Amino acid sequence: MAGRKWGGTLLWRGVASITVFLVFWEIGSLSKVWLKWETFAWLKEMLVSIGWTKNYLPWIGAVPAPTEVLLAWGKVIDDVGYWHSWYMSCLRVLGGFIAAMVIGIPFGLLLAVNRTAFGIGFPVFEVLRPIPPLAWVPASIIFWPTQELSIAFVTFLGAFYTIVINVIGGARSIDTRYFQAAQSMGSSSWDIFRRIILPGTLPSIVVGSAVGMGITWEVVVAAEMISGGGSQIGGTSGGGLGFFIWNSYVGGSYEQIVVGMISIGIAGFISSELLRTLGHRVTPWLRLR
Amino acid sequence: MPSATAVTRGAIKIDDVVKIYDPEGAAVMAVDHCSLDIAAGEICMIVGPSGCGKTTLLNAIAGFHEITSGRILLDGEVLCSTEKPKAEPGSDRIVVFQNGALFPWKTNLENVAFGPIMQGKLSRVEAHEKALSMMADAGLSGVEHNYPGEVSSGMRRRVEIVRALMNDPKVLLLDEPYRALDSLTKSVMHEALLEIYYRNKVTIFFITHDLEEAIFLGHKVAIMTTRPCKPKKVLEVDIPHPRDYSVLTSKRFRELIEETNEAVHEEALKAFAAGEKEG
Repeated sequence: MAGRKWGGTLLWRGVASITVFLVFWEIGSLSKVWLKWETFAWLKEMLVSIGWTKNYLPWIGAVPAPTEVLLAWGKVIDDVGYWHSWYMSCLRVLGGFIAAMVIGIPFGLLLAVNRTAFGIGFPVFEVLRPIPPLAWVPASIIFWPTQELSIAFVTFLGAFYTIVINVIGGARSIDTRYFQAAQSMGSSSWDIFRRIILPGTLPSIVVGSAVGMGITWEVVVAAEMISGGGSQIGGTSGGGLGFFIWNSYVGGSYEQIVVGMISIGIAGFISSELLRTLGHRVTPWLRLR
Repeated sequence: MPSATAVTRGAIKIDDVVKIYDPEGAAVMAVDHCSLDIAAGEICMIVGPSGCGKTTLLNAIAGFHEITSGRILLDGEVLCSTEKPKAEPGSDRIVVFQNGALFPWKTNLENVAFGPIMQGKLSRVEAHEKALSMMADAGLSGVEHNYPGEVSSGMRRRVEIVRALMNDPKVLLLDEPYRALDSLTKSVMHEALLEIYYRNKVTIFFITHDLEEAIFLGHKVAIMTTRPCKPKKVLEVDIPHPRDYSVLTSKRFRELIEETNEAVHEEALKAFAAGEKEG
């Protein structure tokens, strides 16, 4: 990924693709208006005659149209509860993600440079890694004293494994010649760690963080759906975008479900872009390739 | 070799060195009772087929790998021997690697200034000053603040050689540094290397499989046998330094090529027959 700039052709292509997507979606959703189910009565009869009694097929007409979603959005845009959901989710993502970086990077580096630490730490890590973060939800609700901490913990797990694996892989793949050259030129172990291993691992840290950030959003939303609770539209406690969606579903406000989904998409996009920009800034030598 | 006499340090003595690789009991002899003397300030070219064990020898001098027996001396001091099989890597012996080992995350200037800062010989500011002037001398003005990835591969090799020289080494160990370069760039690099050499006389241990390169650059050319590696023929090149590209068309140069070509070709055939892989 070279240093990508939003602007010019790329921006227009992005706008165009999103517009086309929205148009298709609108047309599809409106099919419930212009495409009457009765038109296909003969088809239905035929299906029933062969034992088809239920409507098994998905129908895009069941999904609210973008215009309806936009209207619903207009209703919640000045709602404190909606923005509080944003705030809560962002806070959880940020908390979990930063914790994963702060713990994951040194942990990964330690495992990468120290054989003993690797021998002790890696097997445990590898056994725990395949467990999906969401499988931790019940255990973490029991373990952590508050619901907030249990969500943060699950969010942390989402990013932690990816960051650690990337750090280990990155540090291991540094060319031996760099170590030999640095050693010949009189570098101490600490110099080698600081000036070779750290910058050499940085690109992998950036990649691991970007992937980890994505997983963090996936996890936080699911965790909020399962254990979030508390917040309603207009309320200001608990919540989060995951709960916002769940609450909308329970309340039968289907447009609002999509509002929540798109909100997550936007939030995820913004965090990825921020991370990418930051990543480019800390690895300037990669811009040139 | 009048130019080499002025240098008083950097004499290498390779004395009966054996290196046996022993991966899972299948002993492979890489270097077989190899002896070679390199005078201080001499350019010694090591010529041999790919995979013959030349690099093993270089790694032993640099202190990256152990030897099995024998000893290697630098200015009379034992670097490694049967008793102490691995030499300490040090700034008196700097390697310029086959595919280059400039740190990609440092600018060319930071790369060049790296050694003296690490050794605590110069402050950061002093090291940068010295690096700037050495880079200017080597025709590298203008790329100081670029990353290695931003300049051509020929340029990168030159930066790496300057980086090596910044450590004020006794010996420069070059492991086929120009292998990946096209022949035009290569010819420019040869003259550039000689120019740098005339300005900073050091002993050069230069591995190559290009006979013309070897005779053009070297005071001494050691043609190695294919695995296990030892000198098959050592040639003193009596073409006076300083040399430039006109040497390539001289009668003496052609004669020396003819004299040695057969020995090199013989070993290449052997290596080919033995199915030696590149590298």
